[in-house]
Amino acid sequence: MLKNDPLSNVLYINLSDKSFYIKKREELFEKYIGGTGVAITLLEEEIGDKQIDPLAPENPIIFAVGPLNALFPMASKTVAMFKSPHTGNLGESHCGGRSAVSIRLAGLGAIVIRGRSDYPVYIVIDNNKVYFRDASAIWGIRSSFTVGKILRENEKGSGYRTIMRIGQAGEQMVSYASVTTETYRHFGRLGLGAVFGSKMLKGVVISGRHSLPVLDRITYNKIYNKIYKETVNQDIMKKYHDLGTPQNVLPLNEFGGLPTKNLTERKFEFAEKLSGEHFAENYLGRRLACSHCPVGCIHIAALREPYEDEPYFYKTSMISYDYEPIYAIGTMLGLNNAEDFLRLMDTVEVMGMDVMSTGVTLAWATEAYKKNYISKQDTLGINFEWGDVAQYMEATKLIVKQPNDFYKALAKGVEYASSIYGGEEFALAFGRNEMPGYHTGPASHLGYLIGARHSHLDNAGYSVDQKIIEEIAPEELAEMLIKEEAWRQILSSLVICFFARNIYKPSVVSDALKVSDINISEDKLLELGMEIFRKKYKFKFNNGYDLKNARIPERVFETESPHGFIKPDYMRNVLSFAEKILKNE
Amino acid sequence: MRLSVSDVEKCVGCQLCMFACARRHKEAGLARSSIMVKSAGGMSNGFRVVVCRACETPSCLKVCPTEALTLREGGGVNFDASKCIGCGNCQDACPIGAVFWDYEIEKPMICEHCGYCVQYCPHGVLSLEKEED
Repeated sequence: MLKNDPLSNVLYINLSDKSFYIKKREELFEKYIGGTGVAITLLEEEIGDKQIDPLAPENPIIFAVGPLNALFPMASKTVAMFKSPHTGNLGESHCGGRSAVSIRLAGLGAIVIRGRSDYPVYIVIDNNKVYFRDASAIWGIRSSFTVGKILRENEKGSGYRTIMRIGQAGEQMVSYASVTTETYRHFGRLGLGAVFGSKMLKGVVISGRHSLPVLDRITYNKIYNKIYKETVNQDIMKKYHDLGTPQNVLPLNEFGGLPTKNLTERKFEFAEKLSGEHFAENYLGRRLACSHCPVGCIHIAALREPYEDEPYFYKTSMISYDYEPIYAIGTMLGLNNAEDFLRLMDTVEVMGMDVMSTGVTLAWATEAYKKNYISKQDTLGINFEWGDVAQYMEATKLIVKQPNDFYKALAKGVEYASSIYGGEEFALAFGRNEMPGYHTGPASHLGYLIGARHSHLDNAGYSVDQKIIEEIAPEELAEMLIKEEAWRQILSSLVICFFARNIYKPSVVSDALKVSDINISEDKLLELGMEIFRKKYKFKFNNGYDLKNARIPERVFETESPHGFIKPDYMRNVLSFAEKILKNE
Repeated sequence: MRLSVSDVEKCVGCQLCMFACARRHKEAGLARSSIMVKSAGGMSNGFRVVVCRACETPSCLKVCPTEALTLREGGGVNFDASKCIGCGNCQDACPIGAVFWDYEIEKPMICEHCGYCVQYCPHGVLSLEKEED
């Protein structure tokens, strides 16, 4: 890499004694590129083989960006790495917004936050300095939107900065609390927000507008223009800009893979009312983009609501929507109209929770309540019923408040709650993480289990299900999913948005890296991807993840998929092969 | 020719114009960009595009003590870095904040209305206008 590239700067921050230093780590970035490759290595350095409590001061928060951030379009993501309080295992979450460009142009490649403050703080990273600001007056504020407004007004750097913050869910350490950036983007999954909360860290503001070195300007412009032209071609814009990810709702419903009412059904009779088309035609108020991404996939609905107690008084809320939230708190809860979905979405955002885990948890609670696993005494009077948004909004607030054992259990997700109250067979978690919105066939569920983050985006099993309808030999499917995930380790080391995966092919990546004087062949990239993936699994196995015997909720076998009924033996076979590959046996 | 923000409501805040401007100034990153996109008090409110409007009687020009800034044909200014002493008066004078600052050489950066950024605005926010005779 170029000697003057600031990417190799790692900023270490200690919240316990409010100190910081920057260390040059060229060897680290030369070996693992950046992003996820660097972050998992830093996590190994910080934790090693120790078994730590994810909410203890020893758990670090690591942010990492890569060489393509702020150099090329759609390289817009930051990787966060930590031990997850939700799964007790590897925690990795990705976020866009302005985060990646701000960190990279602040002259940093990674940030490691250690320790715990003994009073609420937020930190400001600006021009090689870290400021520790007292956040006592901000702690406990009802809405995370208000917190964003305050930090925005307090700090400089508008247009060049990211503002990460937690809501009340993070403060109360709900194990699936998220970190919000730029109002509508999140480090959503696996509970980074709770780790922030455990450190009494309310927010992180990072601003940066430095320049970056390139080896040769003419080559840089040439490659830039080639990539830019592809990002604004019609396919990708149509897919992600026009309707955005909710364009998936109707096709998935048609295909019969749209999890509905805690996956008791796979088609939703009101799917049309929650479709991308319906939202765009009736509610779409604005589209937003992450920094340095022309696509603008972020869709914001405008919801105008009257106040019940005052005539002619209205509030208009701008609420983001995407496919996964629509699935998790829409179809899974049987909400039959867009406005109810938006109201619940707003509640989830105000609290600062992962919307997917929240939805699946509420869906489990509904079924458990209807089957008498839990009583009205447990729910404190909440009458869980499919489609009843008012009850779900109240329950969401109670999950954050945790006034009794039942809500304390819900605040730890469905795996934990069902271990106490029963109903494991319909507790839809994979690797302890609540399921994404695809019941497309065996590959989707296998993908969640094999994926290092238990995310559908780890290896795109859902896409395999939709492309190949005949049964794939177990060994072959294990290899396919792992190969895809290994390559995605490279994309998330650069750090490229996965929506650009069809543009950043190995040859394009190899060429783009040459601009930063990083010379790595396509073959070597694929090898390195596998090495990074295995490093993550080393951490996962060390912390007790048992892939081949991982729990698969019976519900997945009970509700037919577009591939027919999924066979348990087949799934186990694939998992055994996958474990062998990942253990390099 | 004059750069114009033709419809700010279409702006998604991707900031590709900012990166384009920096590349035009032979740099990667954002240190040398003369255009800026920021949220109008949070992303929910949309964006502001801050860039030189090519004034006929530029505020920045009036306060330049060294003739580093001269009136550009069609409005706005031309900048001669060799005459600039980095006093910052121009930056203070511009009421829309369109005089940017290059902290690496301590001199202003002002849009030259070249239109390079327009090529990288896929949403029709920016355009290059011809002056009317």
